[in-house]
Amino acid sequence: MHEKVVEARGLVKVYNGNPAVRGIDFDIYRGECFGFLGPNGAGKSTTMRMIYGFSPITEGYLSVLGTPVTQNIRRIKYQIGVVPQEDNLDEDMDVLKNLLVYARYFDMPRKLALQRAQEQLEFWQLWERRHSPIRELSGGMKRRLLIGRAMLNRPLLLILDEPTTGLDPQARHLVWQKLRQLRDEGTTMILTTHYMDEAAQLCDRLVIMNDGQILAEGAPSELIREHLPGQVLEIRGTELDLQGLQARLTGDNVLTEKVGDILYVYADNVDDLRQKFDLGCCQEVIYRLSTLEDVFLRLTGRALLE
Amino acid sequence: MPLELPMLKMSYRVYRIWQRDRDIYLNAWATELWPPFVEPLLSIVALGLGLGYYVTDINGMSFIQFLAPAFAATGAMYASAFECTYASFVRMVYQKTFDAILATPCTIEDVIGGEMLWGTTRALISATVVLFVIAVFGLTQSWWALGIPFVALLQGLLFSSMSMVITSIVPTFGAFNYYITLGITPMFFFSGVFFPLERLPESIRWLAWFSPLTHAVTPIRALANGQIHASLIWDLVWMAVVSLVMVNVALSLMRRRLVK
Repeated sequence: MHEKVVEARGLVKVYNGNPAVRGIDFDIYRGECFGFLGPNGAGKSTTMRMIYGFSPITEGYLSVLGTPVTQNIRRIKYQIGVVPQEDNLDEDMDVLKNLLVYARYFDMPRKLALQRAQEQLEFWQLWERRHSPIRELSGGMKRRLLIGRAMLNRPLLLILDEPTTGLDPQARHLVWQKLRQLRDEGTTMILTTHYMDEAAQLCDRLVIMNDGQILAEGAPSELIREHLPGQVLEIRGTELDLQGLQARLTGDNVLTEKVGDILYVYADNVDDLRQKFDLGCCQEVIYRLSTLEDVFLRLTGRALLE
Repeated sequence: MPLELPMLKMSYRVYRIWQRDRDIYLNAWATELWPPFVEPLLSIVALGLGLGYYVTDINGMSFIQFLAPAFAATGAMYASAFECTYASFVRMVYQKTFDAILATPCTIEDVIGGEMLWGTTRALISATVVLFVIAVFGLTQSWWALGIPFVALLQGLLFSSMSMVITSIVPTFGAFNYYITLGITPMFFFSGVFFPLERLPESIRWLAWFSPLTHAVTPIRALANGQIHASLIWDLVWMAVVSLVMVNVALSLMRRRLVK
């Protein structure tokens, strides 16, 4: 029996006349890692802020862990952990103190707070740095500390708003590795991101969001399968060449999408296409598998990353 | 629909935010603990030694007897005003500390309540230190002087809440200049600290009644000099009533600013 951890129906958020979220529905179940994939401005962070009670909802229904957010936000907050998009660590305190003070907001007695802080610091490989001032930490360390901080109260739901934005590849991979470990241990997670590789790697299910609306929902591989053939040719060339090519490349289940100076050609078997058509006119041809970014492109006609 | 008083939305968690501010203050003990001693000391020595030579009698007291107790009030004023303007603004806007706390079970009322409580605490610390300094100089005339920290507590709440109202509406750090230069500084000079209010021309003397500092200086000076009279209670009532209003205005405006 799958328990619903978050339920949203017709969720709307309007800031000063600007609709940021235009009526979305979704369900998130216990134990899964659920993603919101979309470009900046899609409404992902706004949705997160409504879920963790930072922003009141404008219209619609939203409940977290069985409690509607309009009723008892405080009870919800005791049970969730929030990793914000920007770094709001306390610069005036060292690593360990940051965790102890945060634990205190949850009414945790000192002994328990110390125990949990140690657990988290060891998990995130920060125990040796526990007395370092925050300004001495790298971006990756700060992000790991933020996640550790969010886990202090053993939350039933962990919310991560763009957890690896701004991190170097090494730091990203460490964070992903640890998040996968958390997922395997049964933590329910909600993740927002504009990186399709992050969404594909971590999420069991996700929604694709753009301009305040949900365009598609499903498991990463399902979404790709549903919307596109499995293989892609990425062709770079001049405007004329690409236009000409786009007109000629037709066939069974062959889709094309032109964005700027790149033509994306989707087909079940790209090798067949290469043999059938002469692509020599064009400069670069990249051959790869379809991704969530391609699905986004297909659904909106624009790239996921600006 | 009944009016929902913002201050009723505060919970015991106000103490949690107070604890955070206190911990950071104690961490910085090397830079924080000695100024409240040194500042009044300098003023008393400079003005007492200097001006006190020329100004020999104010309402039956020596100049230094008149002046020194008022520094408990000014110390309390500056401590709480600066804490709830500059320090709170930095926490709110630059460090995003409030955002972090708002993701926990603490509400905005808890956060701002805690900040105001901390400002009040700093006022209490300053006033108590000044009391100690003036007592050491033999400038307290009676045991009533021990009541000064209690008045400072009320004064601290008043200035903390007033300052928090300002902090809830300023767009930038620089905007505090208006409050400090056009609010705090005139108060400092014209609330009976340096000269009795009777010296103000009658046409503008009534303005001093509107200065929060006046209602702190009057009872504090009276307590230090043992010149208690029943009407001092009205100064305390003035501070209490205005505090009550300011606390609610501050909480309401802060919620509007931060919870969107």
